[in-house]
Parts: sequence; C-alpha cells; structure tokens
Amino acid sequence: MSRLLERLLGRLPIGWLQLVHQRGRFAAALSGVAFANVLVFVQLGLMSSMGVSTVRPYQFFQSDILISAADANTLVDGGNVARQWMLQALADPDVVSGMGLFVAIVPWDRGDTDISLTTFGINPFQADFLAPDIAADIDMLQVQDAAILDRLARGLTREEAAAVRLHTPLSFETQGRTLTAYDTFAGGGGFGADGYLLVSDQTFLSLFPARSSGAPDHILLRLRPGAQPDAVANRLRGLIADRTLRIRSYSDAMDEEVRFQQTQRPTGVIFGFGVLIGILVGIVIVFQVLSADVADHMREYATFKAMGYGQGFFLGVVVEEAVILGVLGFIPGVIAGWAILTLMAEVTTLPLFISFGMAVTVFIGTVVFSALSGIIATRRLAAADPAELF
Amino acid sequence: MADDDISIRTSGLNHWFGTGEARKQALFDIGLRIARGSFIVMVGPSGSGKTTLLTLLGCLREVQEGSVVLLGQELRHATTAQSVRLRRRLGFIFQAHNLHESLTARQNVMMGLQVKGRLNRETADEAAAHVLSILGLSDRLDYLPANLSGGQNQRVAIGRALVGNPDVVLADEPTAALDWETAAKVVDLLKQLGQARGTTTVMVTHDNRILDRADRILTLQDGRLVADDSRRV
Ligand SMILES: Nc1ncnc2c1ncn2[C@@H]1O[C@H](COP(=O)(O)OP(=O)(O)OP(=O)(O)O)[C@@H](O)[C@H]1O
Ligand SMILES: [Mg+2]
Repeated sequence: MSRLLERLLGRLPIGWLQLVHQRGRFAAALSGVAFANVLVFVQLGLMSSMGVSTVRPYQFFQSDILISAADANTLVDGGNVARQWMLQALADPDVVSGMGLFVAIVPWDRGDTDISLTTFGINPFQADFLAPDIAADIDMLQVQDAAILDRLARGLTREEAAAVRLHTPLSFETQGRTLTAYDTFAGGGGFGADGYLLVSDQTFLSLFPARSSGAPDHILLRLRPGAQPDAVANRLRGLIADRTLRIRSYSDAMDEEVRFQQTQRPTGVIFGFGVLIGILVGIVIVFQVLSADVADHMREYATFKAMGYGQGFFLGVVVEEAVILGVLGFIPGVIAGWAILTLMAEVTTLPLFISFGMAVTVFIGTVVFSALSGIIATRRLAAADPAELF
Repeated sequence: MADDDISIRTSGLNHWFGTGEARKQALFDIGLRIARGSFIVMVGPSGSGKTTLLTLLGCLREVQEGSVVLLGQELRHATTAQSVRLRRRLGFIFQAHNLHESLTARQNVMMGLQVKGRLNRETADEAAAHVLSILGLSDRLDYLPANLSGGQNQRVAIGRALVGNPDVVLADEPTAALDWETAAKVVDLLKQLGQARGTTTVMVTHDNRILDRADRILTLQDGRLVADDSRRV
C-alpha cells in the first residue's frame, strides 16, 4: 500500500504513514466514515424504494394517458372524474380505448394483524389495459366478489400466498362482504398500504356503495400505435371542457408522482434530510480527525515549511489522508448498509437495496466530501510558524 | 572578496518585536559579510538576538529594516514564493529534532531531498542511507524516532538538513543533545562540506570546543554585534 501510494504521489505517502501510525484514531475515523455511509445508504435506499414502490402500481396497467382529478397527486388516491370526459376523449382520432379506474383502501382484519390493501376496481372485459401477467387472470374477476390478491402483501406469509389457487381460494370479510381471492399477482408493500388487491368495477361498487359507476378515480386511455402521448394529452386538454382535470401522459404522471413523493411528502422529505445528516456527520468526523492530526503535528509541519515545502504539499498530505479515509471507510459502510437494508427489506417487504448507481454516487460523494473536509482542516496550518522553531 | 564568494551579506539590519508600548528592538544595525564555505560560530548571552538573526538569515522572518542578501538575493520585500524557493537551498538544524514521528530515519532524511522535486526512489534511498551512514546510523535506517535516542534523532535531523546539499546551513545549538565525539564529527563534516562544496555554516553554540574549530566567531550582546573574531581569513 505504502509503495503503491508512493508511486502514485511521487513522494513519501506521509498521509498514509501518519494514519497507520495512529491506529486508534485511524480506526475511529474509518468507523465514523462507515457510519456516515450507512446513514446515507439507508436513507437513499428508503428514498429509492419509495420511488420503486411509487411506480409499482403504475406497472399493473398498460396505458398511454392518465386523466385524474385536480387533487389526485398519486395513482392510489384519486378523486372523482366524470365518465363523460372519457367519451369526449374517445372522439380524438388517436385515442383507441378508455377505461375507468376505481381505487380505495380495503381493510382486512386478519386476527392478530390488521392489514390494508390498496384496491383497484377495473373493467374485467378490458384486458388490454392490464400488464400481461395480470391480464392472464382477469377473467376470474367477472365473478361477483372475486379478487386477485397481492402475494407480496405485508402480513401475508409466502406459504399462505402460494396456496391461493382457483380450486383452493382464500376468502375474507371486508366492508360487510366476503371477497374471494382466486389467484395472486406480484404487487409489493409500499409506504401507503400493505399491499394491493384487484377486483372488478362491479365488485368495487358493491364494496363502496357510495361510489358511482359514472365517476371513477382515474381514466386510462390507450392510443393508436405510433401516436405521441404528449401531443395527444395536449390536444385533450383543449378538447375536454373540465379545465380542472389533470391530463398527462402516463409516464409523465408516473415521474411527477415520484417527485411528489420524494419532495412534498413528509416521509420523502425526512429521507432527504437523513441523507443530509449523514453527509454532515461524515464531514464533521473527517474534519475532526484530520484537524486533530494537523494540530498534533504542528511542529513537524512548521519544520517542513522551514525546509521549503509549500501549501500545495500540506494540502496534498491532508487530502491524501482524507481520500484514504473516504475510500477505506466506504468499504465497511457499503457492506453494513447493504446488510441493514436487506434486513429491513425482509421485515418491511419494501424493495430496499443498494443499486450500483447508488453505490457509485455515494462512493464519489464520500471521497469528495472527505477531501473537502481535509481542505478545511489545513486552514489550521497557517498557524505553523517556522520562525518559532529555533 | 568578490560577490560570488559571499553567501550572506547584511547591512543596517534592525529588528523589532511587539508593537506600541511593548515594541522592543532585538537587533541593532547588524552589518556582516559571510564568505562562502566558511564555518561561522555565533555566541552571546541569552536574549542577545542570536536566534532572531538566524531566522532573518534563513528567510523565516520578514526583514523589517536594513538589508539581507542571501545567495545573491535581497530578502527585504522578497515574496513568499521567493523565500520558499530560497529556503530549499538551506539546511536548518534546530535544537529540537522535530522529526516526523511516523517516518523512519531514512524517510525523514528523504524529506530533505523530496522538497526539491519528484522523488526518485532509488537515488533518494541511497542518498539518505549514505548521509545516515556518515553520521553513524547505518544500522538504524528503518527505525522510527520513538525507537531512537535523543542523540540519534538529532543526527537524523542533521542528515535531513544536509542530504540536499544545501548552500547554507543554519544551526541553533544543534549539538546540545550530542556527546562530544559525535558533535566533533558533525562539525568536521560541516567544515569538510565547506571546503569541498562551499557549504557555508552559521551555528549558534556555547560549546567552547566547537569555538576552537570556527573560522570566525561572531559575538552578539543586547542585539549588537560586539565582536567579530576571524581566525583564519
Ligand atoms: N517572538 C518573539 N516575540 C517577542 N520578543 C521576542 C521574540 N523572540 C525573541 N524575542 C526577544 O528578542 C530578544 C532576542 O531573542 P533571541 O531569541 O534572538 O535571543 P538568543 O540570543 O537566541 O537567546 P538564547 O541564547 O536564550 O536562545 C530577546 O529579548 C527576546 O525576548
Ligand atoms: Mg536562541
């Protein structure tokens, strides 16, 4: 290591030698950097899983344009949209078909645990609006009170979920009715509810008698192949009389919701704040260690100054130390972060993991912020006065 | 003497410490010409200004009044970059060794070479080992300062000052930690360098035995140069 650094730097690797000379301080600094990394990874993991789980319900459907009420920031909490606007949209030559989408939370009392499922009411005769794996089972929903259950829902064991089949269905009471799940699909717990449930619009309306078939929560539109969703959405905004509606391409709606969740919702803001705290903790620890190190070697640095070493040399030594701390602290940090996220994923069923991009970003961030704190720490060196050495 | 033969020249050099009421003059009108290759010893009672003069000659302090010409360059109003560059041509030996605790003897000595540019590992290694062997430390090359005696560390510090072939060596009581035999060896080495390479040495010391070997003895008292005894010039 020493030789490698010497080759790299073209000088004695004083930073490295200094760090390994004081093993206790070195170890403390590394655990500090690792701790900061873990903080950042956990928060980023949560944030990205929020992105993933926000996008998840969008993936149940195949649609080009989403029409929602003005106050519907997310796919899972809509507001009523009159079905007549769907008919108006169908007048556009590029719009091929439309489907009303109902959504509400359904509680499921499972004895020791109460879970809640985000329930979508769909038209079982419009399979082309559903993702292929879901579309394959959609015929079952034509039966009143039939449901397709999220096999990844929190509170449901894998064995229970795997046992749900057409001939061994799972029934449960909710909203005063008995729903029967004949099959399952891969949904996944999110930050809102514990999982998902798919039912027909008819079943949905009997679960929620106050809702009307004339006013679904969202309207999904499919376009002629080759049509531009953004252009059509633009046209529809002019065509549809209700100017309060949000008419967006399906992918725009998805992106906007991710942004909304990460920046407007308390959870998202807290995660962002957590990342900031992690970065601050890292900066403070590296700064503390390096400036203590500088303070301990004031006389030696003053001697080097007298010998003719310039500011660039000292900056180099401290940044060398900082980069070493960043690089070596990152390794235990990423391992511990990965372990913690994996454990959390196990418990919460959230899609928590460290992506390659995330690891690279955090690595670069760690090294850059370490180097910055190192640069700040060298300010103390101005006090090293070689004239005081004799 | 031609200018080429003069390493250090001062004239009308005054220096003060403190400001206002506390302002106190430490040096008065010092005028000196120090020949290249000479071995100069500076003596004087405590507080007479020896260290102050040494730091001025070594570009470690700004010249306030008067002139110091070091190796042909005027230090009054010299820029930081100029003094840093000039200091690389000097060798400093302090009373305390100030070695870097995490560097071995050899590595500490190499710091005296590295300041001149990118390190060539082989030649630097060799040069450091060579200097240390002259100072009787061949068997201590890879020891850390913590594992060496005070005298050994001081010898390493001397090696660090000499390894880069300095034009001028400035030393403040460098032999305090050394036994006489070693001190004599160091003095002989410095005098030898003076003859062979024209290295000029200015050393503050109270050791009478070293005085006997000096080419010239400068005596300071209350900030004034009161005696200038040239023995061999
Ligand atoms: N940094 C300083 N600030 C204020 N006064 C100083 C400073 N350094 C030296 N002096 C004063 O300048 C005068 C000369 O001090 P200097 O250290 O040069 O003497 P010296 O001959 O080296 O003494 P010693 O033999 O004790 O080392 C003294 O009166 C001292 O108090
Ligand atoms: Mg002194």
